[in-house]
Amino acid sequence: MTAFIEIRDLHKRYGAFTALRGIDLTVAKGEVVCIIGPSGSGKSTLIRCINLLESFEPGSKIIVDGTEVACGRGLAKVRAEVGMVFQSFNLFPHLTVAENVMLAPRRVRGKSKDEARRQALELLERVGIADQADKHPGRLSGGQQQRVAIARALAMEPQVMLFDEPTSALDPEMVGEVLDVMRGLAGSGVTMVVVTHEMGFARQVADRVIFMDDGEIVEAGAPERLFDGPTEPRTRDFLRSILNH
Amino acid sequence: MDIFDTFFNASVMAQAWPMLLRGLWITLQLGIVSILLGLILGLLLALLRLYAPFWVKWPVRLYIDIFRSIPLLVLLIVIYYALPFVGLRLSAFASATAALSLVSGAYSAEIFRAGIQAIAKGQFEASAALGLGPVQTMRDVILPQAIRIVIPPLTNNSINVVKDTALASVVAMPDLLKQATQAQALAANPTPLIGAAIIYVAFLWPLVALVSRMESRLGEGQDR
Repeated sequence: MTAFIEIRDLHKRYGAFTALRGIDLTVAKGEVVCIIGPSGSGKSTLIRCINLLESFEPGSKIIVDGTEVACGRGLAKVRAEVGMVFQSFNLFPHLTVAENVMLAPRRVRGKSKDEARRQALELLERVGIADQADKHPGRLSGGQQQRVAIARALAMEPQVMLFDEPTSALDPEMVGEVLDVMRGLAGSGVTMVVVTHEMGFARQVADRVIFMDDGEIVEAGAPERLFDGPTEPRTRDFLRSILNH
Repeated sequence: MDIFDTFFNASVMAQAWPMLLRGLWITLQLGIVSILLGLILGLLLALLRLYAPFWVKWPVRLYIDIFRSIPLLVLLIVIYYALPFVGLRLSAFASATAALSLVSGAYSAEIFRAGIQAIAKGQFEASAALGLGPVQTMRDVILPQAIRIVIPPLTNNSINVVKDTALASVVAMPDLLKQATQAQALAANPTPLIGAAIIYVAFLWPLVALVSRMESRLGEGQDR
């Protein structure tokens, strides 16, 4: 397997606060990596650095599919190849569901309207909401909105999908439908990096689980290994705290 | 009886009517051209103020502050009576249009800026993550939402521009007010002035009502 994302010695500071202190991580093509950890541990910051939604400190290095992530020409290429799903969906409220999915393929990939529409309907079918295509996002439930957001990201045919706590803003009864879609994606060989609090999902779907705390990777390993036999005390404490609540 | 003869004199009004209509036409031309130029200028200034490098941002800010501070009448008189001393001689219409749109542009800039800043950061992030460039993000995602928000304040601003066109009578523009004062002098009766006032109100009242309706609808939209 070839390294698709390569992160070397990633540092990030917000003023005096250090969010990331020297992250090293490689993600192979087709791999599903779940990142867990307490809030404020830097999980979201880490994946937001991958498509440069957050800038990072000089000396840090992120390479996506051979292109170094930095401001300038390479950035558009990286962003077009990296799909992202946000906690708060961030759908475009003035566009219909289908238009949300069609926008980037038309503007960035130069697809025709018909072609983009056909692709959008296919993707909406895949996430199970083709019948909502011509509604505005505001009319949809949270779970449906997040599935539209996944379809929108997939429309760019990304090489990798980043998920930033995709179910954290959802009502409990809608978490399942979104996780089902993500499970389907993982099964189809899409490279995924998922920041999540859904331990069941991580255990079931991830090839590798990464536990972060205080801006660093504390422990990483196959899900069974990490969940059933954590070696680091901090990992053990975290898992105990979330399993006992 | 006397009041009616003085302020609502039908025969005076009938005589003045064609003049008032000519004046109204000029007022509308002046208003519409100034509103459009002001909107274009305002959007441009807002984008520069938000996204240009600092050496552009700073003068833009200065422009916006100065043109929101200067009394329109003063600006109009400077343009019409002072600029000819440096060889820049503008017609009355051009002077009035320039003064109105320069000031309206400064106000519109602040309105557009507020609208753009009201759009959630997530919209910019989602656009960036999809690979949209800054121009595409503005055109396809941010501005369509921002403009919807600022339509009521922009309409308010446009109402002000139309009202301020009356100042153009000072630089001998034959606008509605000027025509009315001339008709008044001719007839030695103030009925044409009352007629002009009624025409202004008749044109602007619907717009004022429209703004109130849009504002209350926008308020409801936020509750949903």
